[in-house]
Parts: sequence; C-alpha cells; structure tokens
Amino acid sequence: MLITENILVALAGLKANIMRSLLTMLGIIIGIASVIAIMTVGNSITIMVNQTMQDLGANNLQMGVMQKSQNNESSDTGMNYGEGYVRELEDSDLISQEMLDDFTTEYKDNIQYVLLTQDIATRWDNAKVSKGNTSANVNLQGLNADALKFKNLKMISGRQFIGHDYKEAKRTCVVSDKLVDRLFDGEYDSVIGKEIEVTVSGNYYKYYVVGVYEYVQESFSFGASDNPTTDIYVPYETARIQTHNQNKGIQYCDLVTTIDTNNDEFATQVRDFFNIKYYSRNDTYEVVCISMTSMMDSMNSMISMIQLALSVIAAISLVVGGIGVMNIMLVSITERTKEIGTRKALGATNGSIRLQFITESVVICLIGGIIGILAGVGLGTLAVKFMGYEAAVSVQSIVIAVGFSMAIGVFFGYYPANKAAKLNPIDALRYE
Amino acid sequence: MGDNTMLDLRNIHKSFFIGTPNEFEVLHGVNFHVKEGEFVSIVGQSGSGKSTLMNIIGALDRPTAGEYTLDGVDIEKAKDHELSILRNKKIGFVFQTYNLIARTTALKNVELPMMYAGMSKGERADRAKMLLEEVGMKDRMHHKPDELSGGQKQRVAIARAMANDPAIILADEPTGALDSATGRLIMDIFHKLHEEQGKTIVLITHSPELSQETQRIITLKDGTIMGESTGTWQGLKVKEDA
Ligand SMILES: Nc1ncnc2c1ncn2[C@@H]1O[C@H](COP(=O)(O)OP(=O)(O)OP(=O)(O)O)[C@@H](O)[C@H]1O
Ligand SMILES: [Mg+2]
Repeated sequence: MLITENILVALAGLKANIMRSLLTMLGIIIGIASVIAIMTVGNSITIMVNQTMQDLGANNLQMGVMQKSQNNESSDTGMNYGEGYVRELEDSDLISQEMLDDFTTEYKDNIQYVLLTQDIATRWDNAKVSKGNTSANVNLQGLNADALKFKNLKMISGRQFIGHDYKEAKRTCVVSDKLVDRLFDGEYDSVIGKEIEVTVSGNYYKYYVVGVYEYVQESFSFGASDNPTTDIYVPYETARIQTHNQNKGIQYCDLVTTIDTNNDEFATQVRDFFNIKYYSRNDTYEVVCISMTSMMDSMNSMISMIQLALSVIAAISLVVGGIGVMNIMLVSITERTKEIGTRKALGATNGSIRLQFITESVVICLIGGIIGILAGVGLGTLAVKFMGYEAAVSVQSIVIAVGFSMAIGVFFGYYPANKAAKLNPIDALRYE
Repeated sequence: MGDNTMLDLRNIHKSFFIGTPNEFEVLHGVNFHVKEGEFVSIVGQSGSGKSTLMNIIGALDRPTAGEYTLDGVDIEKAKDHELSILRNKKIGFVFQTYNLIARTTALKNVELPMMYAGMSKGERADRAKMLLEEVGMKDRMHHKPDELSGGQKQRVAIARAMANDPAIILADEPTGALDSATGRLIMDIFHKLHEEQGKTIVLITHSPELSQETQRIITLKDGTIMGESTGTWQGLKVKEDA
C-alpha cells in the first residue's frame, strides 16, 4: 500500500525533472545495455557454434597425427622453448591403411564410419563452375565411401560413387540440384554424363557428373540467396591425386561412433591403441583424438569466460551509474528537506521515509535498467545480424539485469534514504 | 467540555547550541496547561520563543529540561518511533507556510496522515473528500498546491490536520501570510472545529484581534510566560447575529 503510493510519488518526481532523471539513469542505461548486448552476442554465437558442430555430428571424434606435447620429457629440465628443430612429418609417421584396418577391426562395435575427406576448394577459395555468362559458386571436396554415406544425400537423379570410382580415382562427381538449376536449366536427368569444369584460383578441374543431390541449406549460413555456394563431391582418391597429396598415409580423419559409445572414454581408447601399439617408438609424433562433445564443452566454456570478462568490465559502469544515482538522491533529499520535515510532522516514521527514498532510487534504477535492456537487446541483435547470424536474446540475462538494477537501487539508495530518515523533524521543517 | 488536561508542561527549558560557546537558552522554565476542548492563543514579540514552545508541544522537538505530558502520554520518555505515532494520531499541525507536499494533489495531501496511519485506500479517499468539503475545497481536490491560492492552501492544510481526528490542533501563525479577509475565513474554520467538534486548539498569532477571539491568551516574553488573559470572543453565533 505504502509501496504503490511511494512509486507514484517517485514517478511524479522523475516526471518533474525529466532531463535530470535521464542523465542520472544514463550510467545504469549504458551499463545494463552493454551487459545485455554482450550476453546477446555471446548467446547467439554459442548457439551458432553448437548448431554448426551438431551439423558436423555430435557423436564425432576427430583423430590426427600431431607433434608430441613436450611436457613429458622436457618439463623437468625447465625452460625448453624453441629448443630446436622439429623433425618434419614423414610417411612413416602417418596412419597407414593397415593400421586403420587393424583399428577398425578391433573396435568394430564402436565405430560406425571412418570419414576421410580431402578439400580441393573451400568456401574461401571462390571456386566456380561456369557455363556461358552464368556461373555457380562451389566447394570442391573429396570423400571416401563412409564420408559420402554419412552425408546422407538425397539423390534426385543418377548415382553416388561405386567401387571403381574410388579404386581407380575416376574423375566423377556428384553435384547439387541448385547448380543444375543455374547452369543446366534444371535438367537433372540429361546432365548425367556431362563434363563440367571447376575453376579454382587459375586451376581447372574436370569431372563427369554421375549424380545430382538435393541441396539443403545450412542452419547458419550467410543469408539465404538464390545462388548459394553448394558442394561438389568427388572420390577421395581423386581429390588426393589432384591436390598432389602424395602421402602414403592419413594425417587426419573423423570417426563416427555408434550410439552406445561414450565418446570421451572412446577417445582415450583410440589414443592408447595407436600410441601404445604403433607410436611408442616414434620420437616426435603421436596420435591425438578428441570428441566433438568435449570440444563443444570447451568452446562453450571459453565463450562463457569471454562473456563473463566483458560483462564484468561493463558492470563497472553500473557501479559508476549507481554512484550517480546516489549522488542525485542526496541532492534530491537536500532539496526536499522541508518536505521530509512535513511528512515527519504528519506522522511518517523513520522507516516510511527510508522506504520512500529507497523506492525512489529503485524506480530510477529499474527504469534505467529497462531502457538499458531494450537498448542492449537492440544493439546486440543488430551486431549479431551484422555478423550474419540469427540473434538469440538471453532471457536469463534480462531477468538478472532487472534484478541487478533493483539491487543497485537498494544498495546506492540506502545511504541517502537513511540520511533522510534520520533527520530531526524540527531541523528538517526549519530548513530553508 | 471536559475538565481533562490535554497539555501539561512543567518547568520547560530549551537551549540551543548546547555545549558550544554559543549556547543560549530560549525558554526559561515555562509552565503551560491546556484542558481538553480549550481554544488558547499564544502571543508575544518576535523571537520570544513562541514557535520554540509550539515545536515542543507538537513533539517535533524535545525540551532540554522539564516535564511534559500530552493527553496522558509522557513525552520525555517516548521513543522517536512513538513520537511519530503520537504526531500522526493526536496532533494536527497547521503551518504559516502551509507545507503542502508539492506535486501531489490536495486530496493526496489530506490522505497522507491517514496513509501513515495505515488506513485503507478507499476509506482514506472518502474521508479526505469529506474533510475537503468541510473546508469548502472539494471542487479543488484534484489541484496541486501550486495551482491554489494561499487561503485555499491553508484550508487544505487544515483539512489535512484533521485527517486522523487529532486530540489537538497546533497552528503557528496560520493567517500570517494571508490578507485579513482570508485570515478571517481561516479563523472561522478554527472556531467551527472548536465549537462544533470540541477540538482543543493552540494558536500562535501576532494579531491582537484574532487572539481576542480565543478563550485564553498567553503572553510570552523572552522565553517566560508574562501573563494570561481571557478573550472577549462570544462564539460564532453571536458574531453572525450581530
Ligand atoms: N533551531 C534553532 N537553532 C538556534 N536557534 C534557534 C532555533 N530555533 C529558534 N531559535 C532561536 O530562538 C529564539 C526564539 O525563536 P522562535 O522561533 O521561537 O521565536 P518566535 O516567538 O516564534 O518568533 P516569531 O514571532 O518571529 O515567529 C530566536 O532567538 C531564535 O533565533
Ligand atoms: Mg515563530
């Protein structure tokens, strides 16, 4: 009852001094707005990253040959940075087909697919297929049979690769319906068997089309367009030859595990298998294996850390804002000393005076907070849109912001309010 | 009218700047008694200590020495919190400078003491309207203080003083800032409260004519009571008949 009355009094006071109120709130507005904007951007990036990783396959493991981490041998001798020369990767350091076969037989219950890919042109290479004046943007990637299967392509016409495409490294390819729409007037059947030419920074690659798949837009892409960059797939061996990858072994591959497999545990087993059986006598290189889930976890916690650090910096401006509120409350109380005296003469207790001014400071901070939230959501959304992602506002951060601005109101309003409450009634009344 | 003592002040002293070289005493042992239902005025030169005495009577300030009971309550022993409740329930203040709360309407001003008393919203609005009607301000109840004339403000202030039906009304120069015709109007409201509702009223005034309208006139000089006389007032009815 007293609260609603106090809120009305506070609002009337703010309205009477709009400019002053706004300037007072500015610190709070800026503080809350930056926290909310940071949270919105961070939240959106987290969701985007997770979605992208999910698309890549949440039950994936990434395995690869990497230089041994130094700390085993050198840490006890102290500083060893740049100690010397690292032996270059040789064929004998790579994972051979025999090792891989041994591994997949050993863990056939855990492994669903072994994905081998060889990029010829990624989205940054501006690869194109041209016909007359029109051209289609493409990525060009070599896939092994498992990787192609894992893509789970929906074929519109033609076929995927068969045994001899891989074994003989045929120059065959599978293209998207979007590419056919653009360059071959959507004639999905008659394009089969035709030769296309892909231009990648001055190099030409020629393939025969054997199949057309239905293009599915990525969950997070840089805006929808009628000329999306679509993938052209070629056999893994073909891609290796064309990129002059003459290594006799494999440096990186992805593993898709079965549903029952615990990826984090399995990653350790994979490491142990290779490192004990094949790499124990290798002086420089070893096999590392990390699960997508643990990568996602560490990515998420990294984003959260950055978010937290930035928010703490932004929160400092909230403290500055709070001090501004405290300052204006002290001014307001001095201005209204006579009013306080009158209220006391009319029977206001110290408690009700204190409540009145704390309410007033909370109202200032809350209004500032709400303006800040709106500004922060706006700015954050704009920034995320500018980066080309979908904005995801963090509801949690809004709730926290509202709570936090009220807390600032109470914290920085308490001292002035208490000062007002403790005024001697007659001194307050006589104040000129 | 009852014979019960409303105010009982014995040997009241009041000093300022206590413990400093500037220390000086304003009230030098004042004895002052008011019975329930009395209308008393306090007169005296400027600086004689009238307001100082009134502030002690109104429990806004504490005496340096002496004993004071208000309507049976021992004031020196009361805590700050209890004094707030006492001011709220038993005392109605009318100030020379009106002291209405700016930015809130006449109605809200009158409601204020009732709000502090914890009365419900509907109840206090009804009572505030009734009180404003009594002082002839009902048609202006939604106006803010800066939209009212001095006399109108003082009428709102009197309605506010009556909000919790106090035992005593304390008015420190309520007509001091008004012209004589408006002052007359305000005095008539006090007479009405006194005669029709039996309110105890203590009035400070610089006007000899207005003090003559009260039952007892106390003269204060340099912080002591110099004398007491009886007013010539015959009651509102007599004046109207004349
Ligand atoms: N809070 C105070 N601090 C210091 N001196 C005070 C205070 N209040 C009153 N005085 C002093 O006490 C004396 C009496 O003041 P008071 O206001 O009671 O006079 P008054 O009779 O009401 O005068 P007036 O008729 O002008 O209103 C004055 O000398 C005044 O300066
Ligand atoms: Mg005075």
